[in-house]
Amino acid sequence: MGNTLQIVWLIPLLPLIGFLINGLFRKQLSKSLVGIIGSGVILASFILSIYVFMQVKGGNTHLAHYFNFINTTSLKVGFDFQIDQLSSIFLLIITGVGFLIHVYSTSYMHEEESKDFAKYFAYLNLFVFSMLLLVMGGNYIIMFIGWEGVGLCSYLLIGYWFKNNEYTNAAKKAFIMNRIGDLGFLLAVFWLLNRIGSADYHTVFENVSKLSLTDITGITMLLFVGATGKSAQIPLYTWLPDAMAGPTPVSALIHAATMVTAGIYMIARSNILFTMAPVTQTVIAVVGLATAILAATIALKQNDIKKVLAYSTVSQLGYMFLGLGVGAYTGAVFHVMTHAFFKALLFLGAGSVIHAMSGEQDMRNMGGLKKYMSVTHITFLLGCIAIAGIPPFSGFFSKDEILAGAFANNPLYWGIGVVGALMTAFYMFRLYAMTFLGKFRGTHEQEHHLHESPAAITIPLVILAILAVIGGFVGIPEVFMHGGHKLEAFLEPIFEETNKYVAANHPHQPLSHSKEYLLMGISVGGALVALIFAWNKFSKYEKSDAEETGFGKVLANKWYVDELYDAIIVKPRNSLAAFLNNIVEKKGVDGLVNGVGKAVSYGSRQIRLLQSGQVGVYVLLMVIGMLVLFIVKFFL
Amino acid sequence: MFGNDITIPHLLIFIPLLAGLLTFFIKKEATVKAWSLIASFITLAVSILSLVYAKRDDLSGYSFNYEWLKHIGASFAVQLDGVGRLLTLLTAIAFPLIFITAYKASYKNANSFYGLMLLTQTGLMGVFLSTDALLFYFFWELALIPVYFLCSRWGGERRIQATFKFFVYTFAGSLIMLVGIIYVYLHTVPILDQQTKAVVSDHSFALRAFQAADFSASQQNWLFWLFFIAFAIKMPIFPFHTWQPDAYEQSPTPVTMVLSGVMVKMGLFGVIRWLLPMFPLAVVKFDNVVIGLSVIGIIYASLIAIKQDDLKRLAAYSSIAHIGLMCASLFTTKQVAIEGVMIQMFNHGINIIGLWIVIELTERQLGVRKISQLGGVAHKAPVLTIMLVVIALANIALPLTNAFVGEFMMFTGLFQFNIWYTVVAGLSIILAAVYTLNMIQKVFYGESNVLTASMKDISLNEKLVLAVIVVLIFAVGIYPQPFFELTKASVAALITTFK
Amino acid sequence: MPIHYYIILSVTLFCIGVIGVLTRRNAIIIFMCIELMLNAANLLLVAFSKMHNLTLGASNPTLASEAQVFVFFIMVVAAAEVSVGLAIIVMIYRNIHSVDVNFLNRLKH
Repeated sequence: MGNTLQIVWLIPLLPLIGFLINGLFRKQLSKSLVGIIGSGVILASFILSIYVFMQVKGGNTHLAHYFNFINTTSLKVGFDFQIDQLSSIFLLIITGVGFLIHVYSTSYMHEEESKDFAKYFAYLNLFVFSMLLLVMGGNYIIMFIGWEGVGLCSYLLIGYWFKNNEYTNAAKKAFIMNRIGDLGFLLAVFWLLNRIGSADYHTVFENVSKLSLTDITGITMLLFVGATGKSAQIPLYTWLPDAMAGPTPVSALIHAATMVTAGIYMIARSNILFTMAPVTQTVIAVVGLATAILAATIALKQNDIKKVLAYSTVSQLGYMFLGLGVGAYTGAVFHVMTHAFFKALLFLGAGSVIHAMSGEQDMRNMGGLKKYMSVTHITFLLGCIAIAGIPPFSGFFSKDEILAGAFANNPLYWGIGVVGALMTAFYMFRLYAMTFLGKFRGTHEQEHHLHESPAAITIPLVILAILAVIGGFVGIPEVFMHGGHKLEAFLEPIFEETNKYVAANHPHQPLSHSKEYLLMGISVGGALVALIFAWNKFSKYEKSDAEETGFGKVLANKWYVDELYDAIIVKPRNSLAAFLNNIVEKKGVDGLVNGVGKAVSYGSRQIRLLQSGQVGVYVLLMVIGMLVLFIVKFFL
Repeated sequence: MFGNDITIPHLLIFIPLLAGLLTFFIKKEATVKAWSLIASFITLAVSILSLVYAKRDDLSGYSFNYEWLKHIGASFAVQLDGVGRLLTLLTAIAFPLIFITAYKASYKNANSFYGLMLLTQTGLMGVFLSTDALLFYFFWELALIPVYFLCSRWGGERRIQATFKFFVYTFAGSLIMLVGIIYVYLHTVPILDQQTKAVVSDHSFALRAFQAADFSASQQNWLFWLFFIAFAIKMPIFPFHTWQPDAYEQSPTPVTMVLSGVMVKMGLFGVIRWLLPMFPLAVVKFDNVVIGLSVIGIIYASLIAIKQDDLKRLAAYSSIAHIGLMCASLFTTKQVAIEGVMIQMFNHGINIIGLWIVIELTERQLGVRKISQLGGVAHKAPVLTIMLVVIALANIALPLTNAFVGEFMMFTGLFQFNIWYTVVAGLSIILAAVYTLNMIQKVFYGESNVLTASMKDISLNEKLVLAVIVVLIFAVGIYPQPFFELTKASVAALITTFK
Repeated sequence: MPIHYYIILSVTLFCIGVIGVLTRRNAIIIFMCIELMLNAANLLLVAFSKMHNLTLGASNPTLASEAQVFVFFIMVVAAAEVSVGLAIIVMIYRNIHSVDVNFLNRLKH
């Protein structure tokens, strides 16, 4: 109990308190008070997280036990928080980026009615609470509590404008797709409980040798199913682009920076399990890569500014999974961090643009915003460079680390990964050029309203831009600077077992320096070419009403995946339900039950006719009965 | 606590009984309501007290035995132990909530209505407390008969048909069980007088004697079905469930709350109290059949729920799916699963009663409960919506709500039994989200229409009732430990039969 | 006389009674046929009693008389029945001016 980290319960508790205050008193509190409470609790959590991070950096990790969630003879689940290197980094990302987005929201959502404004902040606080539970949990069950909690908040926030049917549809879709993944996660937990008898991280990881290969492969595959739901990978990615129906800061916080990285956190946390399941690793790498490419191709043809960013998120998450799949866990976590910076920045920047354009999200109606919104423009440009992987911006370091890991595993992964990176550079600068360069293509009224956003919006943008630029320096690769990869050194204890296992089973040679330079050169050079090409092409973009044709049309329609799911899952399910309801239930099961009743009723109606009321008939029957008895008695 | 003559189980049975009988003689409606509310609160207080002072590890709990029909070996034997604790608590909580909800509604002949309700409570308490087979059967029927009158006199348009089906169906089950009880009774050992060693009765109805009766595997095999069918109809599990949607739809909502919140637990309770200890061989032999049926039922009911337009029928099918999971878990005979069922029976009762209250409040204001006719209620009645969302989320077992704890443990046990059942039953997690969110979206979200435009938010006492339910949902969801403590010892004792 | 003579006689009487009940519609005649069946049974009782008396009577003299008491019972009951039955028939005749049993199907309704 003596450990100072025992107080970490305050970190999730503060947002919970914020949620309760804002939720219960939403009618009484004024908007500014709501904003102060909502952001204030997150700031307090952030400060605590910094303290925790410092402690962890000083070598103090802690498993804090609070009370028994479930304690029976057959099952013990503690309400535990695990504070170590991995969770402390995520704490910083969640509360830090979360705080900036809260501040941003105070301005962005200011036109909402007072109680809706409070509701929004309540949900946002609840989300941070759930996300903190997710990363701090000391066992898979506490993680699952957070895991479902963030799904719920995402549902509530996507459907924030609940009067719009399309938005609530998107919210419902997000929740249900997440639930499909959650089922996988749950099954994995049941499996662990069945084989090991505990879902505590340390117990599981210590007893991992007791599991057979089938067990490990099964468990990791199911966990990965969980991750595909939460982190929007094939085949469960389609909810994320639809989730853009929510307010833009929500997209930035939940659908870019934090919640969608939960799957990566979970796999990084369980790294030893995954390392020991090579089949799963291959599946993860292939799915990650496929998602990265698929989403990137779709992003090439989208015209909604948020949709482009959404597909870009899916694609970047794919890279992270590629990293996990090839065993570059540190790289994946690194990319989570840098991605949180630049993607939050891009979304918030997009929000700023949408704000200025009075709600317009179609890039075809934008253009030339550079001269109206200088802060937004510059920060957005920095974000684009960062995501495109141009050195020395943050995206370069993290993406490069993943690609290097992929090359070491299989050069084909690397090759496809680089193609994806080129597409990333292309669609990001298409987005940038269509929005900020060229001349304005919107209505006059919109043009009249164009303005730079207020400080509450621009300050978070600036801070995030700085982070996006310098965030990569915590992980400078060995080739540039010896000992430059501080993050790797920091995370070392988390991946210790994995590293030992890899060293013992499949030792691989580190890439030679010259080869590594070559690889970097190819990807950076390619990205630059794509960037310049997009810049040139789309800064002179003219609006045209021509429909996309051929392959472009397929991409613009997202490979028709939604239509496919609708045809092979939703429709059959509905017809099956209708069949069961109308035929099996009404005619079959209930028909059988009613049939018994009808048969009795019909039978008695027939037998009733015997009661003719004629004495003669009764006597006749009596005599016949007597004769029958007589015959039975004497002749049979 | 009160000496040897009056014990907690007595109070739990006789308070509602006397109050109920007295209610018939009260003329004024307001007095009737107040009176039955007070009576139900006294019962609740007794129930809570009994749990506070419960000895956790004591298997027999508060028990009492009075030789009732000495010469046939039947006695008035009641006992409040781990198996019954949570269910008596649920029964005690349910009725005050129901009465408060119904406070504003007006029922013709209020005295008979409330009197019959209290008699139902008596029957339910008796079922959960009795440890004598004859007494158990007596209360089993006592719980059914008032409900029959309640449904057939105060129900909806098609009440006669629905009630008739409900009554005949469950009664047929009871009679089959009666045959079983008599057969087992005839195979129990004689009761001897303690001093003289003379035979007092040739056989005995006592629970202990029933459990001690020795049956061969082949006898168990058919006796099992006599009891199981009665319990299966009551629960109900697929394919014995068709009385339920009709009965829920046609009953007045307070009665529906009793039916779905408490009465269906009688079947599960019967399995735990009587079936599992009596026929362990048959339970193990038929576990795949029962679990198979339950799992089919879970998916089947969930799919049908997607297609329902009537809120009451939706809740009915959702309830069938949940009960199916509980039944499947019971027959895994895994400790963790049965512990889960114990707590889940309570949770399901609370959640479904909450759901009915919301439906009732909506219907009372708007006069309809067709999903397709509603919409945009959230805008007009935000408090009602928040409460409903919480209850609905508990219904789909979101973590930190009560149902998660139970479902998690049940699934864990089911997984130990067989992975494939778990996978199929697990699909209900997704399907439950589909139908629940569909319902929330269509009823509460969207723009309000002509019908819902005039909707007002709920009043203070309705808020209080729902708040109690929401608090219970979170309290059990966050700290379920006290509930486990109450049932732990009994489950452990039960499970030894199967080890 | 061998016992089967008695049996054949009473079976014949009984069958005549049955056929009479089944075929006739007049209540009085049906009534008389019922009496016929009753007496066929009586005849048998007496005959069997006598037969048993011949074989067992020596050892147990009360047996024969005990069995014959049944016959008296039946005769008394039959007399009571006749009086009640005839009274009913008379009442029916007064009400519907017929003793045809085919009219008497009120039970049906």
